[in-house]
Amino acid sequence: MAGPGIAAYLIVSVILFAIGAFGVLIRRSPLIVLLALEIMLNSGNLALLAFSRHAGNEDGQIFALAVMVVAASEAVVGLGLIVAMSRLRADLDVDKLTTLRG
Amino acid sequence: MEETFVWIVWVLAATALFASGLAVVLFHNPFYSALSLIVNLASLAVLFLLLTAEFVAAAQVLVYAGAVVVMFLFVTAYLGGRADAPFAGGRTLQRLAAIVAAAAIAVEVVVVIVLAAGDRLNEVPEVPESFGSPASIGTLFLSDHLLAFEVTSIILLVAAVGGVILGSTVPPHHHPPSRGER
Repeated sequence: MAGPGIAAYLIVSVILFAIGAFGVLIRRSPLIVLLALEIMLNSGNLALLAFSRHAGNEDGQIFALAVMVVAASEAVVGLGLIVAMSRLRADLDVDKLTTLRG
Repeated sequence: MEETFVWIVWVLAATALFASGLAVVLFHNPFYSALSLIVNLASLAVLFLLLTAEFVAAAQVLVYAGAVVVMFLFVTAYLGGRADAPFAGGRTLQRLAAIVAAAAIAVEVVVVIVLAAGDRLNEVPEVPESFGSPASIGTLFLSDHLLAFEVTSIILLVAAVGGVILGSTVPPHHHPPSRGER
């Protein structure tokens, strides 16, 4: 395989995951938290594809496609929840959604 | 020659990936964040192509840049200015903790990759020309992974129905109090 080895792809994937996790932790807007979640799922896909190439086996790519479907479904349900929140006139701020706090 | 070319493409794609990822996280306006996500997904698709995953790269661009991001943009437009939430807390402690936690994840896994798996990951097998092509992925989906394929369709159906229900149900106290019925 020309170019960088598998370890380089894995390191890129980990740094991307960390960027996504940072976004989930630091932002309060649920929309941007969802976007950061998509970044984390995508970095997982990159690791799956790198290992699939390393093993010389396409099953990892099937797994990546399944993850993509899950990510799309999660985006649909998450955006639906955000629209429902906005219809209830709730604040679009994840720090203020404390109804379930014990 | 080809080696250098692949390295250049890889470095460009990885740089664009990190820059656009940080842009998604740091932009105040969700509209710009969603647009940066398109750049993020496109550079990720380049890395997928370098890993000889042609079909996944194409599906990535179609599903994400074509559908998911457009949906994000619609919701952002629907919410208008109310979607521009600021950064977390305003408490410096929370921001510091977020930075430390994210850096800890990155450092831990990078150290593990470099120390424990560095040598073993260097051998990459030769793969046939058709590796990752739509034909071979399709064959795998309809033979070995048929169950995953069917379950996927059910998940999508359930998500679509859930999205419609979440989006169409009017909250109870939004009905006008006296409508004359019942």
